[in-house]
Amino acid sequence: MAHVSYEESIKKVYKGLVLLGAVTLLEVFISLVGKGHIWPEALEYRWILYTVGLVIIILSLYKAYFIVYEFMHMRYEAKGLAMTVLLPTALLVWAIIAFFQEGDSWKGRRDQIKEKNEMKVDESQSPQGMLLDETIYQPRLNG
Amino acid sequence: MATHETVLEHEVNDQQESWEGGTPPFKASYGKLMMWYFLLSDAFTFAGFLIAYGSLRFSSPTWPVPDFVFKTFPFMGTKELPLIFVTVMSFLLIISSVTMVRAVQEGHRENRKGVVFWMLLTIVGGLGFLSCQAWEWTNLIGTEHMTVLTNPFGTHTEAGVYLNEDGTESSETFLPGKPYLLHKAGGGHGADAGHGEDAGHGEEAAHDNDGGHADEAHGTEPGDYKGYVVDEKGFILNKYKVTEGLDKGMIKTQEYGPKAFGALFFFITGFHGFHVFSGVIFLLIIMLNAASGVYTKRKNGYEMVEKIGLYWHFVDLVWVFVFLVFYLL
Repeated sequence: MAHVSYEESIKKVYKGLVLLGAVTLLEVFISLVGKGHIWPEALEYRWILYTVGLVIIILSLYKAYFIVYEFMHMRYEAKGLAMTVLLPTALLVWAIIAFFQEGDSWKGRRDQIKEKNEMKVDESQSPQGMLLDETIYQPRLNG
Repeated sequence: MATHETVLEHEVNDQQESWEGGTPPFKASYGKLMMWYFLLSDAFTFAGFLIAYGSLRFSSPTWPVPDFVFKTFPFMGTKELPLIFVTVMSFLLIISSVTMVRAVQEGHRENRKGVVFWMLLTIVGGLGFLSCQAWEWTNLIGTEHMTVLTNPFGTHTEAGVYLNEDGTESSETFLPGKPYLLHKAGGGHGADAGHGEDAGHGEEAAHDNDGGHADEAHGTEPGDYKGYVVDEKGFILNKYKVTEGLDKGMIKTQEYGPKAFGALFFFITGFHGFHVFSGVIFLLIIMLNAASGVYTKRKNGYEMVEKIGLYWHFVDLVWVFVFLVFYLL
């Protein structure tokens, strides 16, 4: 903050307040649109849900960037300090995304097991699948 | 002699403080640098929580719908105000973050009164946030009967129609994705009577959403009734008839929501609330120190205020993500 005058830096802080408040309100509004509160038809389109999620995540990341760089003065710290903090955090974000993927895979397995459990075997038909006719084994068994 | 010299050298080192030998690493003071690394480690802890939350949420077929779970507001009764209360909580933290920045700025100018004034406002914001969270938890636990291991917030996965008390079909239909709140038998106030007058609000709101046949006086003992089931915990699980899909025509019973939701919600928001609480305590201590003139004598630009400022902004930062995953998505 040493680069700007006292009055300018105060102005900047209140601009930051307005910015964060506006972004938060926008996020809540977009979220409510996505849940069908403001426009009920929104629930019928799957892509609206995904777009809403993506936009909210991007806005939240912007808020995080603003808080770290302006309020916590990361912008004015030495580059090395910024890197030692931000690089591990970036790896962390990757870990979080990877585990979301993992959770999605668990769900796939659960659905698969549920589906197989509900399958009904048709007893009237002859066995299907890998079982082969007995005669095929015959020569080898004899030999 | 050798030992004597070593001792002398040691004393000299102690006095000088090794951090002051030339340029400090990253041009930052020891305290500030370590505060950054503490916050980094804290971010890892929160990330662990968020990973647990995210992977469990992704792996569940349904998840409690946030704008249904968090739609109550103090003194507004049954009125549905989705996410408005948590937005107020977010604003309290954002504003207290801004007042903290002002306190740090006044610290740079060595303005004692300014520092104390803005820190006081920050503390008020933090206490306001904690009070809001206390109300939110009280409402969830006391009125809606959500606990660490019980999650009464379920979501329908099939289209269907609720049954009346006598087992006939009612006019109340629902589609997949429709959220519902299970409530306890016994007049809507829960089996454990003794909640205040306002305890019923959340449940009355819930009746609008899930049919609400359960508050009729008869059949509140655990057991299987024609139109619903009362389980050992006293929750009423309404019966419904599936109207579409493979199971069309089958009579099914409402189920609890994903069990992990309660534990995740209370532990993650609780851990964050604990950070806010300890932040308020530290702010209070540092504000009193600032008022007593300790930092004026140190002549280091109120560095302690800067350090607690870093911590306080981090608490706000974590809330950005808690707000994102629990309430917005």
